[in-house]
Amino acid sequence: MDYRPWSINKKKMLSINDLKAEIEGKKILNGLSLEVKAGEIHAIMGPNGAGKSTLSSVLAGRTEYEVTSGSVSYEGKNLLDMSPEDRAREGLFLAFQYPIEIPGVSTTNFLKTAVNEKRKYLGLDPMEATDFLKMMREKMDYVEMDKSLTSRSLNEGFSGGEKKRNEVFQMAMLEPKLCIMDETDSGLDIDALRLVSNGVNKLRNKDNAFLVITHYQRLLDYIVPDFVHVLYKGRIVKSGDKELAKELEAKGYDWIKQEVEANS
Amino acid sequence: MSDTQEVDIIDQVVSQEYKYGFSTDIEMETAPMGLSEDIVRFISSKKNEPEWMLEWRLKAYRYWLTLEEPNWQNFDLKPINYQDIIYYAAPKEKIKLDSLDQVDPELLKTFEKLGISLSEQKRLSGVAVDAVFDSVSIATTFKDQLYEKGVIFCAISEALHEHPELVKKYIGSVVPYTDNYFSALNAAVFSDGSFVYIPKGVRCPMELSTYFRINAENTGQFERTLIIADDNSYVSYLEGCTAPMRDENQLHAAVVELIAMEKAEIKYSTVQNWYPGDKDGKGGIYNFVTKRGSCEGAHSKISWTQVETGSAITWKYPSCILKGDYSTGEFFSVAVTNNRQIADTGTKMIHIGKHTKSRIVSKGISAGKSHNSYRGLVKINKRAENARNHTQCDSMLIGDRSGAHTFPYIEINNKTAQVEHEASTSKIGEDQIFYCNQRGIGTEEAVGLIVNGFCKEVLNQLPMEFAVEAQKLLAVSLEGSVG
Ligand SMILES: Nc1ncnc2c1ncn2[C@@H]1O[C@H](COP(=O)(O)OP(=O)(O)O)[C@@H](O)[C@H]1O
Ligand SMILES: [Mg+2]
Repeated sequence: MDYRPWSINKKKMLSINDLKAEIEGKKILNGLSLEVKAGEIHAIMGPNGAGKSTLSSVLAGRTEYEVTSGSVSYEGKNLLDMSPEDRAREGLFLAFQYPIEIPGVSTTNFLKTAVNEKRKYLGLDPMEATDFLKMMREKMDYVEMDKSLTSRSLNEGFSGGEKKRNEVFQMAMLEPKLCIMDETDSGLDIDALRLVSNGVNKLRNKDNAFLVITHYQRLLDYIVPDFVHVLYKGRIVKSGDKELAKELEAKGYDWIKQEVEANS
Repeated sequence: MSDTQEVDIIDQVVSQEYKYGFSTDIEMETAPMGLSEDIVRFISSKKNEPEWMLEWRLKAYRYWLTLEEPNWQNFDLKPINYQDIIYYAAPKEKIKLDSLDQVDPELLKTFEKLGISLSEQKRLSGVAVDAVFDSVSIATTFKDQLYEKGVIFCAISEALHEHPELVKKYIGSVVPYTDNYFSALNAAVFSDGSFVYIPKGVRCPMELSTYFRINAENTGQFERTLIIADDNSYVSYLEGCTAPMRDENQLHAAVVELIAMEKAEIKYSTVQNWYPGDKDGKGGIYNFVTKRGSCEGAHSKISWTQVETGSAITWKYPSCILKGDYSTGEFFSVAVTNNRQIADTGTKMIHIGKHTKSRIVSKGISAGKSHNSYRGLVKINKRAENARNHTQCDSMLIGDRSGAHTFPYIEINNKTAQVEHEASTSKIGEDQIFYCNQRGIGTEEAVGLIVNGFCKEVLNQLPMEFAVEAQKLLAVSLEGSVG
C-alpha cells in the first residue's frame, strides 16, 4: 500500500509516551502516546477542545503548560528538556493556528534572523545575503507567495489565507524535520487550500515528518496521511488510515465519544 | 503566563551590561570644586576668551543665581548640590594640537575602545569627528578637507578665536541664557563643544559628528554646540556619548543651538548612551539638555532624530521654532528606559511662519521599574496661516512594573491650523516572543527584533552608519528585561 521507496528502514523521530499536561490546574492531555517515524504523515483529528492545540504547544515548548508526567523523545533526545528555540533549531516547526503579528519587522528580516540563529546553533556562518534572497525566491514559489508580502510587517494586515501561506513559506525556509501544522486549513478557500497543500507535498521527503492537525477531511485529499488519529479528551482514542478520516467526515465524532464512554 | 511566572521572569532583570563603563587613567587639570564667579573667570581664562564672552558668562551666572531648580517633574529628583561639582577638567599638557600624533595615546586608546577611531588610517569614511573628553575637545578629524569647501567644523573654543564674529552673532540667539535653569548654568560654565558653519549653497560632503565622553569623577559636562546652515545649504550632524560607571550621579547640562537660513536643512541625530546607573538606580548621568533649532529662513528644515538609551534621568526637548514661511520641523525619537531609569522627553514645535509644517514621531519603550514620558508642545501662533502638525506617540511596555506617560500640550491661535495627535500603548506580547522562539530566535534576540520593529520609523531616519549601531544598542539596553 505504501508506494514510497523510503518506507523500509524508517527512522524513529518522535515518541510521545503517556504524556499528561495541564494548564492552571486544568488537566488537558491525559496520557497521550504517539510514534512518528521519518517520512510519515500523521493526521490528528478531534472535536473542539480535545487538546490538539495543547499538544502542539507542549511539543513546541510553551511554558504555560505544565507537563505532569510522561516523556517525549525527539531524534533520540529528551524534547521536554530543551528550550523552545533549541527545539526549533533542532528542526521542530509549528505552523500556528493563529499566526502572530510583529509590526515593523518584515518577513524577510524575521526569517533572516531565524535562519542565521539556526545556523549559529549548528556552528555554521551566517548565510550570504545573495544566497538568502535566492532561497527566498525559490521557497516563495512553493506556496506561490506574493513577493510584496515578504517586505511587509510580519503577518500584519495579512488575510487569513496569506497568514497560513506565510507559515508554510517559513516552514520551507527553515527546512524542519518535524512539521506540526495546527489547523493550517481552517479559514482557507479551496484555492488557498490547494496552494498550501502543494507546498507541503513539495516539502515532504524521506527524512522529515508531518503532524497535521485538522478538523476536515478535505485537507487530507491533498495531503494524504499515512495514519489518522482521533484525539478526544486529551488522549488518542482511535487510530487508522486515511479511511478513518472519511468515516469521521461522514459520521461526525459522536460515535467515537460513545465508544469511549462505553469503554470507561 | 501566570502572574507568578511573569514576576519571576521580570525579576531576572539583572544582567544589563554597560559596555562603556571603563575609566581612563590620565593626569588631569581640574578647577577647584564648586561654583563661583571665580570659577567662571577661571574657565574663561583657560580658554583665553575675549572679554565679551566672559561678560556674557558672568551675566548668565548672576542670572542663574536668581533661579530655582525646576520642580514640575512627575518624579522625585534628589536635590543637586552645585558646590559638589567640578566644572572644569581637562587632560594635562594639552594645548591645541596640530596633529593627532601629539594626542596622548591614552586618549586615542579610549576613543578607540569606544569605537571612535581618531587615527588617520582607521577613520570612519565619510564621517568627520570632533572628540570631546570631559571639558575639552581633543581632536577634530577631516577639518582641512571640510575647510576647502568652506565648511567650518571645529571646537567652539577654537571658533571663538578663529571666527569670533559668527560665534558672537549666534551664541545664545536660539537658547538665551535666560531660557531655563540649566541653560543659564551652561552659559556660565560651558567649556567646549562643536561649532559648525555651512556656507551658502554648500552641501556638506560628509556626516559631521561629535563624540562626548565624561571621564573624570565628580565633574559635570557642559558642552555647547552651535550649528549654522546658511542659505541653500545642507548638513547632517550626529552626536554620541558615553561615561564610566560611577556610583555618584553626574550632571550633563548641554545646550545645542541650530540655525537654518533660507532653504537650508539641518539633520541632527543623537545616539545618547550615558551611563544609566545600576539596576537599583545607583549612579548614572543626569542628562538635562536644552536643544533648539530655529528655522529662520523660508523653506528651511530642521530635523531632530534621537535614540535615547542611557542616563539615569533624561530631560530633553529638542525643539523647532518655525519662523520662516513654509519651514518644516521634525522630531523622531526613541527613548528606552530599563531598571530605574527615568526619561522625560519630547519636543516643542512653535509655528510662527505661514504654511509651516511639523511632524513628531515618538516611540517610548519602558522595561524594569523605569518611567518613560513623552512631553510635547505644539503651538500655532496667530499669524501662522495654514500650519500643520502630525504627532504620533507610541509606547511599549515590557513587564508590568514600568510606566509610560504622555503629556501632549496643544495651543492653537489660528483657525486654519490642522493638528493631529495619535497615541498608542502596547505591551510586548508573550505570544510574540514565543512565536520568535518557535522559529529558533532566542528571547533576548526576539525582544531586540520586536523593539527594533516598533522603532523602525525613527531608526530609518538615522544615517546608515549609525542605524546599525543604534539597533544593537537598543537590544543591549533591554538585555535581561524579559526572562
Ligand atoms: N490558556 C488556557 N487556560 C485555560 N484553559 C485552556 C487554555 N488553553 C486551552 N485551554 C483549554 O484546554 C482545552 C483544550 O484546548 P485546545 O488544546 O486548544 O483544544 P483544540 O485545539 O483541540 O480545540 C480546552 O477546554 C480549552 O478551553
Ligand atoms: Mg486548536
